[in-house]
Amino acid sequence: MALAKARVSMPAQARKGEIIEIKTLIRHRMETGYRVDSVGRNIPRYIVTRLSVTYAGDEIFQMDFTQGVSANPYVAFPARAAESGDLVFTWEDSEGEVTTVRKTLTVTD
Amino acid sequence: MPTRRQLIAGAGAAGTLALVPLRGIATPSLRDKVLTDLTGGAAVRNGRVSLTIPQLAENGLSVYTTVEVQSPMTDEDHVRKIHILSERNPIAHLLTWHLTPRTGLAKVSTNIRLAATQQVTALAEMSDGTFWQDRKEVVVTVAACIDGR
Amino acid sequence: MFRAVLLVSLVMATGVASADPLPSGTAFQSENLKTQQADEAANPGMLWVSEGAELWGRRAGGAEKSCASCHNDASASMKGVATRYPKVDSGSGKLLNLEGRINLCRSEHQKTAAFEYESDELLALTAFVARQSAGMPIHAAIDGPAKPFYEKGRALFHQRQGQLNLSCAQCHVDNAGKSLRGDTISHGLGNGYPAYRLEWQTLGSLHRRLKSCSFGVRAVRFGYGSPEYLALELYLAARAKGVAVETPAIRP
Repeated sequence: MALAKARVSMPAQARKGEIIEIKTLIRHRMETGYRVDSVGRNIPRYIVTRLSVTYAGDEIFQMDFTQGVSANPYVAFPARAAESGDLVFTWEDSEGEVTTVRKTLTVTD
Repeated sequence: MPTRRQLIAGAGAAGTLALVPLRGIATPSLRDKVLTDLTGGAAVRNGRVSLTIPQLAENGLSVYTTVEVQSPMTDEDHVRKIHILSERNPIAHLLTWHLTPRTGLAKVSTNIRLAATQQVTALAEMSDGTFWQDRKEVVVTVAACIDGR
Repeated sequence: MFRAVLLVSLVMATGVASADPLPSGTAFQSENLKTQQADEAANPGMLWVSEGAELWGRRAGGAEKSCASCHNDASASMKGVATRYPKVDSGSGKLLNLEGRINLCRSEHQKTAAFEYESDELLALTAFVARQSAGMPIHAAIDGPAKPFYEKGRALFHQRQGQLNLSCAQCHVDNAGKSLRGDTISHGLGNGYPAYRLEWQTLGSLHRRLKSCSFGVRAVRFGYGSPEYLALELYLAARAKGVAVETPAIRP
């Protein structure tokens, strides 16, 4: 079973006050819990439940997922460049598995 | 060989059998109830929110959705949450985005699952406690050649 | 005059576009799908390309070699490779697609087990290798040792099959551009495979898509890596001559 793979796309540098665009992708089946297998057994729900994003330690964005979100979820959102620092992206799923990606943003005046 | 349940559900759900639940399905009234729960009964105004979603989705398993809300996104005046609601999926409340002033701009995108042709609602909660919404109709179709697994 | 007519009909009968390249299936998709496909940050198929990049450097087998041990930087060594596949392997005389070539490397050079079709590893490596040729025009050889495979593929493409008694040509030549349920029928070129199909909610190989086609007309589904689908894959590559590799494409 491969590890959950995530991709985060964002600029490495920005001017202070600039709005940057962040695009994220994570590999996840997002099993709805409604399907049955070939012998009629229910396939249990298995989904990403949350994506939280911190910037220099402050939480700036969060998304709560349900099985109504597509498989291999793509989430795009903005952030205002303030100070230079790390953005940390944390995905949690319904099995308690956590995937983390860290990106550094250098902010110039 | 599809089961009787699948055939019955399939007749109403445009053939996306994989998404049919073993229990009930959301309805416009369930969506309204969820809306009331989220707003605490407060009035929901039209405007400020722009839900961009295709009129025709080639596959209900992945429908590209963008919500943009007019807001300065300052400490004093910003969008706190954006919800997406469905009136025909197995569940009515599909997702919530939590924004902060540091988000900078209230514009978010993702791909959602739509079980059938329906009206989708984007509900925004502002820092001043007001609620705003936008609604769009989406026709959901299926791919021409499915796996048959 | 008769010779000109004969020449034209011969060209048409071979089914290979000798004029402009046929349009890729991407041309028939919605704006949303096209945008997501073109954006590496939004295309879910790129999750497998990322994994493939990692696998490229992973050592395996008795020889403790990785792909990189022989092929170094894939962006240089694999550039243009996917445009020439499927291809006859000079050693064995077999027709190989990219998946087959990767597995041949694994068994012969890395001295380890082949990856199974539709396994994450094989999909990831195939997508990664094909991605190195993104934007480059396809031009697989159909002469010399490839000729018998090409002829077999052409025959299959024009053969009526299944309970619906339809050939590939009847949809993908006669009715390309027309609607079939919510889709627009493409020319069936396969230039974006392995592709992320929304229906599968994952990346999948061309042979998986061909199985869906076979199922669509209620015909026998051949096996993954079967001689039938390999020959057909070569014929599709010939039809796709001059069309850009777009792996990983997004399809409904």
